[in-house]
Amino acid sequence: MNRLVPVPEVIARLPWGLYALLGAIACFGSIVLFSAAGGHIMPWAGMQIFRFSVFLVMAEVISRLPHSLIRMSALPIYGAVLIALILVELIGGVAGGSQRWINLGFMQFQPSEFMKVAIVLAVARFYSILPIPQTRTMTAIWPAGVLIGFPAVLVLIQPDLGTASMIGFGGLTVMFLAGLPLRLFVGSGLAVAAIIPVAFSFLHEYQQKRVLIFMDPESDPLGAGYHISQSKIAIGSGGLFGKGFLNGTQSHLDYLPEGHTDFVFATMAEEWGMLGGTLLIVALMLLLRWGMRVAQQTDDRFARLVAGGLTTTIFLYIAINLMMVMGMAPVVGIPLPFMSYGGSSMLTVMLCIGIIRNIDRNRETLGDRWR
Amino acid sequence: MKILGVNPFGFNLFGKKLVTEASQSFTFGRRAFFLGGAQTAVGAMLISRMGWIAIAENEKYELLSESNRVNLTITPPRRGWIVDRRGLPLASNRTNFRVDIIPDRFQNRERVLGELTSLLKLDPNVVDRINEDLDKAAGFQPVQVADDLSYEQYAALSVRLSEFPGVAPAQGFSRFYPAGPSVGHLIGYVGAPSAEDYQKTKDPLLITPGFKLGKQGLEKSLDHNLTGKPGARRVEVTARGKIVRDLATRPDTPGHSVRLTIDAGLQEFAGRRLGEQSGAVVIMDCQTGDILCSTSMPSFDPNSFSGGISHLEWQMLSEDDHVPLRNKTLAGLYPPGSTVKPMIALSFLEAGLAPTETVVCTGGLRVGNRVFHCHRRGGHGTVNMHRAIEQSCNIYFYYFAQKIGMDVIAAMARRLGLGQKFDLPFPSQSYGTVPDPAWKKKKYDQDWQTYDTVNATIGQGYMLVNPTQMCVMAARLATGRDLKPHFIHDGKRHEGASMGIPLDHLTVIRNAMKDVVNGGGTGRAARLDIPGVMIAGKTGTAQVNALSSSGRGNAGRPFRFRDHALFQGFAPHDNPRYAIFTIVEHGGHLNRIQDAPMISGDCMTYLYDPAKAMEKLHEFEKGWGGTPQQRLERQLNEFRIAKGLAIAQPILDNATNAGTPANSAVSEHAADTAEAGEPRGEDAQSTEIPREPSPVTANPAAGSASPPALTPQQPPEVQ
Repeated sequence: MNRLVPVPEVIARLPWGLYALLGAIACFGSIVLFSAAGGHIMPWAGMQIFRFSVFLVMAEVISRLPHSLIRMSALPIYGAVLIALILVELIGGVAGGSQRWINLGFMQFQPSEFMKVAIVLAVARFYSILPIPQTRTMTAIWPAGVLIGFPAVLVLIQPDLGTASMIGFGGLTVMFLAGLPLRLFVGSGLAVAAIIPVAFSFLHEYQQKRVLIFMDPESDPLGAGYHISQSKIAIGSGGLFGKGFLNGTQSHLDYLPEGHTDFVFATMAEEWGMLGGTLLIVALMLLLRWGMRVAQQTDDRFARLVAGGLTTTIFLYIAINLMMVMGMAPVVGIPLPFMSYGGSSMLTVMLCIGIIRNIDRNRETLGDRWR
Repeated sequence: MKILGVNPFGFNLFGKKLVTEASQSFTFGRRAFFLGGAQTAVGAMLISRMGWIAIAENEKYELLSESNRVNLTITPPRRGWIVDRRGLPLASNRTNFRVDIIPDRFQNRERVLGELTSLLKLDPNVVDRINEDLDKAAGFQPVQVADDLSYEQYAALSVRLSEFPGVAPAQGFSRFYPAGPSVGHLIGYVGAPSAEDYQKTKDPLLITPGFKLGKQGLEKSLDHNLTGKPGARRVEVTARGKIVRDLATRPDTPGHSVRLTIDAGLQEFAGRRLGEQSGAVVIMDCQTGDILCSTSMPSFDPNSFSGGISHLEWQMLSEDDHVPLRNKTLAGLYPPGSTVKPMIALSFLEAGLAPTETVVCTGGLRVGNRVFHCHRRGGHGTVNMHRAIEQSCNIYFYYFAQKIGMDVIAAMARRLGLGQKFDLPFPSQSYGTVPDPAWKKKKYDQDWQTYDTVNATIGQGYMLVNPTQMCVMAARLATGRDLKPHFIHDGKRHEGASMGIPLDHLTVIRNAMKDVVNGGGTGRAARLDIPGVMIAGKTGTAQVNALSSSGRGNAGRPFRFRDHALFQGFAPHDNPRYAIFTIVEHGGHLNRIQDAPMISGDCMTYLYDPAKAMEKLHEFEKGWGGTPQQRLERQLNEFRIAKGLAIAQPILDNATNAGTPANSAVSEHAADTAEAGEPRGEDAQSTEIPREPSPVTANPAAGSASPPALTPQQPPEVQ
């Protein structure tokens, strides 16, 4: 290819398509945050773009680490995050009614966020160690069950229903991809459906309320159903092309709660309408497709399980958040990647991207070739 | 036995397939593909869900978003004025400051109410009322905290508004009736719409704080005209209720003003001139049918209704035996007594009776097996028509009525307006009865008796009329035209058509009526002191029940058994311009000054010489304890004391004026008039606090209409 401007080989070989996609989504996110702040860079939009840049560099660095390092540190990382989760239970500060943070002095550390990544790495590592013939034995199930169950329960008692279910789903996805018998998933799906009423009674009152309100948000439009009602009003009033940039009333007049974090999609949809929403969802789906393609093109067992699992983790963020803001899931506090303001979730997602990138870079040289 | 490769006895959880790396990789490929497909499916599902919300249900959510964002405040329209025939306001608006509570947004009731109480110096009774209203408040209906606040109070509250969520100060207009009690029944009053009113129409204007509906009198009948179109203010508000900006403000369209035929000065004069009596005065313009005055006293102060009347004041008004809550001019029915005699004489003339025919009055006449008496026991001697009217001789009418028959009399009565329904803008009217044989048959299934005719000729028995009809009768007697009463000044002259009564008949009647007042008749007290103007009239006494015909004099009877005193007439007698009817309920002719003839005469005087009439009135009022407004206030205060609710407080504080020459002169006069009037022991102190006469000018349009009751601190004027 002829280039007018000579570009160094290192830069030219960067995955520009992926970075352009990520950049576009993150910039759009910042534009929405700019509007959510009433047309100001501060406090959200600028910080968001700054963090994105930092984390993008971090992802690039991760992608250049030796793949074996990730593979070898998968279980130690899991162990460390699990210990941190236990510490949260013991010394974590109280934030928002639930214990999620450890104050490290310079930043708020939220181990449950990292667990979303660590669980995928750990379960994938487990199945890469497991001898293939044992895939359809009990040995293939219980260790993974323990690996998933421990942190999921720890997070659930914080209590953080959203993150706990993301950890559970992330781990299960890896189990699914690892080739465990399908009937196992179908059977346990049915079992879960059966015990949901029982589990419901064990939820905290405010969680129960959220679930009930989710079933019928209009029953309490000024109380607990307020979030979902206002979010639907914001999305619904946007129409096809939206009310225009900086013209959203639901967000600017404070009717929409959490308009810059969990409900940022509603803020966006109000101003950019169906058009903006569709473009954003398509862009996020493209990102997921990239992740799943990396998984499918990789022959290494650990690597492909990790790629598939982490892609699913990103997917879970997107799906749970969007279903929540559109009134199809209870309000569980899962942010929308690249759009919602906040460091922890962006860090997690960029970690996922970095690791998938690492796999993408190394898949040609990875062992375990069977063809 | 195997079903679909599953061994039912030893269920194999993991299947039997041997797993190799190749097969596992294949499984992974399939499952990853499935997973990717599932993700895409969820993505598509999310997009379609969004499409459903944003496009299919867009309209619904757009509306919800707008109703979030936009707060519509309705401003009640200013009510149209009611003005008298010269444009003087009978009902106007004045700015007032008000505070309401919106129950939906109200928080921390105990604390906020406590603060409001101290800030606005609320009465404990008012606080109780607010609490009561809040308890039954439906959420949407604002509860009034206080009305008519001073600007200082309003400002003090507005400054601290952020501390009181749900408390809404507002600037509005309240109805103001400059003439006070004297227009109470005529104009009526306004009040806040009731919950039933709102349920009927669901008009949001009705639950807007400060909006008032006409509740009584002309305010009610003309409500549609007087109510304007509400203004609206659309503001953008945040979720916390903070106003971001005004979107659009549409000013209210004030209601139409209504011009009445009423003469404000005369209306007030008549009201005051009725003094302490329970009565009514109706005056009509004989050339146009315009009602110049329609006064019913005692009355209530419509100003106290427009802000919501206190329970106490209402109780006092409803318990009063002078029925201040009834509009006597239209809803009061009375036996007309002898005031119908000119009308009956006219019917005699129509029937062919010569005015010269005579009858000898011996003081009694046997009808059937009963003797009917004349009011003069000794009899009037030989009486012709002129003398019969002048002296109000019953025997003459008894005698000829029996000969001529009731049907002729009843036809004439109806022709002259008695028992007739006039299209008048008042919600509650009574029309009375002009009895005749057919009516009695229908009503009681009894045959008409001669004594029924005899009773009817002196305006007793079944005959019942309202004062407005009586005034119409006087006007029709005066003009021979079928004048109809009008309250609304529409710029047209409603002269009426000739009723076809021969002029010589009318002349006989008018001359007789002239002599009732100016000759040796019964109505000498109505005489005018206006050069060239003579009043023609007819007095009447209406017995209230059988007891009143017994020998005991009126003074010896309880108030409610005393006779009504009536007077109808017109002036000038030779070219009638004004017709009048006056009734003093249970007056019993006990007090010449406060009797129907003199009240009528003074009201007529006012039409020709307001200054003279006012001067006379001021003298009288000193004896009565001031204007009706002052007496009403004092009455309320006394009532409060009687109920043990308050400590006596002087309402009128004219101490600064005491000792001025004007006042000492006044006191002497007051003593005189008190002597002349009814003995009034309880009003001994009232002479100490006389009203200052308001400046009266010769031109009734200018000064006389200014209500003195509203300017109590006016400097004394030496006359």
